[in-house]
Amino acid sequence: MTAATITPSAGARPLADTLTMLRRNLLRAVRYPGLTSFTVGIPIVLLLLFVFVFGGALGAGVVPGVTPGAEGRAAYLAYITPAILLFAVVGAAQSVAITAAMDATSGIMARFRTMAIAPGSVLGGPVLGTVIQAVVAVVIVLGLSVALGYRPGAGPLGWLALLGLVVVVAFATSWLCVAMGLAAKSVETASNTPMLLTALPFLGSGFVPVETMPAAVRWFAEYQPFTPIIETTRALLTGTAPDASTTVLALGWCLLLGAVGYAWSRALYRRERA
Amino acid sequence: MPGTSPAIEIRGLRKSFGDQTVLDGVDLTVAAGTITALLGPNGAGKTTTVGVLSTLLRPDAGTVRVAGHDVVGAPEAVRAAIGVTGQMSAVDDLLTGVENLRLMASLHHLGKRAGRQRVDALLEQFGIADAARKPVATWSGGMRRKLDLAMTLVGSPSVVFLDEPTTGLDPRSRRTLWDEVTALAAAGTTILLTTQYLEEADRLAHRVAVLDRGRIVADGTPADLKATHDAGTLDDVFLRLTEPSTEASAGASASAQSATTTEEVAR
Repeated sequence: MTAATITPSAGARPLADTLTMLRRNLLRAVRYPGLTSFTVGIPIVLLLLFVFVFGGALGAGVVPGVTPGAEGRAAYLAYITPAILLFAVVGAAQSVAITAAMDATSGIMARFRTMAIAPGSVLGGPVLGTVIQAVVAVVIVLGLSVALGYRPGAGPLGWLALLGLVVVVAFATSWLCVAMGLAAKSVETASNTPMLLTALPFLGSGFVPVETMPAAVRWFAEYQPFTPIIETTRALLTGTAPDASTTVLALGWCLLLGAVGYAWSRALYRRERA
Repeated sequence: MPGTSPAIEIRGLRKSFGDQTVLDGVDLTVAAGTITALLGPNGAGKTTTVGVLSTLLRPDAGTVRVAGHDVVGAPEAVRAAIGVTGQMSAVDDLLTGVENLRLMASLHHLGKRAGRQRVDALLEQFGIADAARKPVATWSGGMRRKLDLAMTLVGSPSVVFLDEPTTGLDPRSRRTLWDEVTALAAAGTTILLTTQYLEEADRLAHRVAVLDRGRIVADGTPADLKATHDAGTLDDVFLRLTEPSTEASAGASASAQSATTTEEVAR
C-alpha cells in the first residue's frame, strides 16, 4: 500500500556494514586532512630531531665502536627507525580516538545506535580505516628513513612479516584508542589517554638500550608491551630471524590490548548517554 | 493503518537517572498510521520517552513495544522498524548531503540503483537538491534539519520518532517539515513527535498527549482536549495541566498567568 510497507533491510549485515563505515572513515580522512597529516607529521619530526640533533652523540653511545658525528648519526638512524615506525602506528591509532569522540559527542552515533547495525561494524569501520592509515604512515616514514641513508636488510618474507606485524599492532592499538575516545567526555580530551600509549615507546628499547637504564625503569622497559614489538620490528628490518619468545610476547600483547579495546569499546557503545 | 494493532504501546514506563525520577509510570498507545504529539514543559520527560522508544535508553520498569516488538527483548527488530530524528544534529558535517544520504542507503542495503533513486527523490522532496554536493558543515541550520529528517526516512521506517523536529526553524522550513510529516502519515507511517510549539501539535497531530513530571496528564484529539478543559487553544490546555517546573519560581508562574491573559485579550 505505501512506502511504509517497503522494508528493505531485515537486520544487520556485519561485513557490508563494516565496509560502508570504512568508506565513510576514509572519506572523512580525505576531507579532514589536518588530522591525517598530523599523524604522519609527528613521527617525521621525531625522526629528523633524533637523527640530526641527538643522533651524532647518541649513535656513538648506543652502538659500540661508533665515533660521534656523521657515523653516529647513521648508526642512530638505524637504531631508532623501528621505534619511529611504531610511533607512526600509535599516532594513527591516536587519531581514531578523536574520530570516535567526534562521533559520540555529535548525534550521528546516536543515529547509528537506533539503526539495525552491529556495534562491531560502526566501530570496526574506523578501526580498519586507521589500520590503512597506519600502513601508509609507516611506508612514508620508512621511505624518509631510507632517503636519509638507512638500509634495511629484510628479505621478501621479512617485509611481508613486517607488514603483518604493523597491521596487527595497528589493529590492537586502534581498538584500544576507540574505547578511549568513547570514554572521553569531549573531543578535546579524547587524545589525552592515548597520549600514554605514545609515551610508551620512549620507556622501552626504542631509543636507547634498556641496559643503560636504572633498575626500576629497566624492569618496566623490559616488560612493557612495546619493547618486544620494537625488538621484533628491529629483527625483521635487519633481516635477522626474530627471537621466537620475543615474537610470541609481541603478538600476545597485541592480542590482549586488542581484546581489551574491543570489549571496552562495545560496552561503551551501548552505554546510556542521558 | 489506523485501527489495526498499535504501533507503539507503553505500559507503566519508569525511568530514573540516579535518584532523579524522569518517567514515573507512563502509559500511551499509538495507533498505526497516526500522528501523535507529545507535549510537555522542559524536563517533563519527552526526550527520555523517545530515548526508551528508540532503544537508546533501557526502561527501569514497564513494558514498551514498538511495531510489535519489545524494546528490551527484541531491540534489533525495533531498530529495523524505526527512524529517529533526535534533538542533536545527526548528520556527518564532513560529508556532503548526497554522501550522508547514500551512507544511510548503504546501511539499509538498498542496492546501488534503488539507493540512488531513493536519495535523489528525498533531495527533491525536501528541497535540498541544490546544495546536495556541498559539505554539510556549510549548510544552514534549517537545511541540516531537513537533511536530518531525510536521512531518517531513507530506510522507509514504519514508525518515526521526531524529537522537537522544528525547533529553531524559520516558518517556511517549518511548513516544509509539516507537509512532509503529514504526507508520511497519509502513506501509513506512524509518527510520534515531541514539540513545544502548540500550534504545531494542533495542526499536525491526530492526537495529543500531555506529559508532565513523568506522567501523561491528558490524552486525546486536540479538539477533545480543548473541549474537556474549556480552553480556546492548546496553549491554555497546556498551562492548565502542567505545573511550573520546580526550578522556576513564583515569578514564572505569574508570567504564565499573564501570558494566558494576554492571549485572551488578543482574542
